[in-house]
Amino acid sequence: MKVDLKRFHETFFEEAFEHLATMEAGLLELETRGDDAELLNTIFRAAHSIKGGSGSFGFTEIARLTHVLENVLDRLRGGRLATEPALTALLLKATDLLRDLVEATRSEQAGTVPIDETVAALEATLSVEPAAAGPASARAPAGAGPGAVCEISFRPHAGFFRQGQDVFLLLQEVAELGEVLEAKCDRSRLPALEALDPEACYLSWTYRLRGVTSEAAVRDIFMFVEDACDLMITTVAETTASSSAAAPASAGALAPKRQADASSIRVPTEKVDALINLVGELVIAQAMVSQVASGMTGEGLIQIQEALGMVVRSTRDLQERVMSIRMLPVGSVFNRFPRTVHDLALSLGKHVRLEISGADTELDKSVIERLGDPLTHLIRNSVDHGIESPEERVRCGKPEEGVVHLRAFHEGGSVVIEIADDGKGLDRERIRQKAVAQGLVRADAVLADEDIHALLFRPGFSTATVVTDVSGRGVGMDVVKRNVDALNGAIIVSSVAGQGSRFRIRLPLTLAILDGLSIQVGREIFIFPLLAIAQSVRPAPGAIKTVLGGRGEIFVLRGEQVPLLRLDRLLGIAGAVTDPYQGIVVVLESDSCRFGVLVDDVLGQSQVVIKSLEQNYRKVDAVMGATIMGDGRVALIMDVVELHRIAVRRQDETEAAAAEADAETGAEAVVTASVP
Amino acid sequence: MEKHEQNVSGITADGNQFLTFILGAEEYGIEILKVQEIKGYTAFTPIPNAPSYIKGVINLRGTVVPVVDLRVKFAMSEAEYNQFTVVIVVTVGTRVFGLVVDAVSDVMNIPRESIEATPHLGRDVDTSFMTGMAKSNDKLIALLDIDKLIGEDVLGAMATAN
Repeated sequence: MKVDLKRFHETFFEEAFEHLATMEAGLLELETRGDDAELLNTIFRAAHSIKGGSGSFGFTEIARLTHVLENVLDRLRGGRLATEPALTALLLKATDLLRDLVEATRSEQAGTVPIDETVAALEATLSVEPAAAGPASARAPAGAGPGAVCEISFRPHAGFFRQGQDVFLLLQEVAELGEVLEAKCDRSRLPALEALDPEACYLSWTYRLRGVTSEAAVRDIFMFVEDACDLMITTVAETTASSSAAAPASAGALAPKRQADASSIRVPTEKVDALINLVGELVIAQAMVSQVASGMTGEGLIQIQEALGMVVRSTRDLQERVMSIRMLPVGSVFNRFPRTVHDLALSLGKHVRLEISGADTELDKSVIERLGDPLTHLIRNSVDHGIESPEERVRCGKPEEGVVHLRAFHEGGSVVIEIADDGKGLDRERIRQKAVAQGLVRADAVLADEDIHALLFRPGFSTATVVTDVSGRGVGMDVVKRNVDALNGAIIVSSVAGQGSRFRIRLPLTLAILDGLSIQVGREIFIFPLLAIAQSVRPAPGAIKTVLGGRGEIFVLRGEQVPLLRLDRLLGIAGAVTDPYQGIVVVLESDSCRFGVLVDDVLGQSQVVIKSLEQNYRKVDAVMGATIMGDGRVALIMDVVELHRIAVRRQDETEAAAAEADAETGAEAVVTASVP
Repeated sequence: MEKHEQNVSGITADGNQFLTFILGAEEYGIEILKVQEIKGYTAFTPIPNAPSYIKGVINLRGTVVPVVDLRVKFAMSEAEYNQFTVVIVVTVGTRVFGLVVDAVSDVMNIPRESIEATPHLGRDVDTSFMTGMAKSNDKLIALLDIDKLIGEDVLGAMATAN
């Protein structure tokens, strides 16, 4: 029977990327911590895991690269090579290449990544061998005496082959460990032919080797099959005691790591999503039962309500727990930034230290996946524009080394990610001049800090005097803004000249849930994202002015003019309140617009589970999604920016009139009024 | 592709079971394999600026499902929704749709030989989503190709309307 390995491939690739991340993080840490044995072990194990897997699946290119990489790492580990910056750089480069290679192999284009050069470079470092060690004993350890004999007893379980393992590969690796003194195959368990299960393993092997580095080196070979075999390693130290003393120590270091791995499992996201959906259903069903029960009278009512109370608590608990399955620590995206900062600072000739805190703060997987790009932009921006050159920093009386803080923490019901630097801060005057030059603001305009910061996020806006390959092309900040918006998040900038700038991204815990305000228009209920709501008020008498014979309405709120839209007309709803003084004006706000909508009533604030309309229907203008309410009915969640866009498209004339009115009263033509 | 052609040409060899339903005085049939379930009438949530035959969306065990009123689609007089009004939930490709009809009538085996080609009903009458006419006793049943009716017409129209 041929085992289809294909289905294991995806697991291999996923794990390979994790190991690559471990290697990269380890190598970067190596720069600061130097020859840390445990760190080197971690890096080595990661490389070894990739090599092991690639070997079993026949990804020869990956195996070739990791093999030589592993050899270099092994020497580092054995202290036979010193960790120099040049070597670390080469290893980092090799790690990058390996990532490309794994990526290419995944898309079945393994041949497209050239690895020969790097393999050669790595091999070259290997050839710089201490003169004492001859080529024949290249693998001979420095610590263990040449006389140490290691006895390895390898006894695979009967199901060994069914797991897709290959004894031959393992034995081959064992034989490479040192000089084979004796190799025995035990056939005593082999049954008679008629009783033989062709897929079972009956054989076991014993090897006696001279010159084995350490017990850990042997265990590394068998690390994938550990659970599928009995392995016994005895080191008979004939000449020195040091090797046997070292062996248990490194074996001990391995053990706790293993346990940590076993405490998590890999589950496809669809399974989790299905679970979340189901729990959502349960919550709705429970709400419906509660509603029915609250209308009941008679005997047993108290018991029912008590029991219901318990159900409510348990379902809420259940929902929280299930939601938390999708939550991942932000560290998984933070991890890549030490490298980004390291490389960038190097290329810019700056000294920059990245400090990370709160890496264990958890966020929904889908949020985390989409966080990488905006954060990369902001961090590059901080290093490039924020942090000054070492000379300039010294001139300003600052330490030569600049610091970028990347922090994540909880605040209220959301997670805040903060990128702060101790650089020169935003250059207000330059931003202003640029904005004037681009015709975004009038030359005599008085701009508040918020207006200056809003300008930063406009498409095509950049103040960098020189366009470098790092940043300054005016793409980036607007993309950051868009990405954050797409996550229902908000971004806030603060800056002190000479002391640094800070970007704060506030994100919802999950994309699946939204804090919303339910409003009623006619008989319909709509949800507005709470983030978009500035306030809701019952208009004071006379606060609503009309223009163009009533076609356009302006709500005057504390002297400020807010265009007023009728939701019933925009959405085609019958039976809504027509007298604005009988309804409520909800003032909505986004970075590009501020307007009011007239609604019949505001029902209250709640957390809603966002459901897709596109799944069975299609994208609807001005609608972000739908949700299911406590009574089982569907309510639509409105997209504020799109709602405004539609309104503008429909009421072009009215808009023009409102802008005119704006101009007459001398209001500044700042960003809020210049609606695209 | 092959499956699609079979649908257009009429009925597959073993797919000759139909769910029939009533709209006004007329009877229609759809392939039973397309039917996911039949549901009583529940209140719809209207979708802003949707075509008139999209009555809105309903909650079908946690998924949001659009509902098409076939009376409106076929330009018939609109009926009051009452306790007999039912929603036939059908699958069109990966999408799920609800069809509002007056009442569900029957599940019928209609042999291929008793299905006649859709007659030409004049230039103004679109019959492209009909696969044929079947006779049962004294009733005439119009067989609908739901993929064409919903898939191409409704979804297509929605896509181009944008």
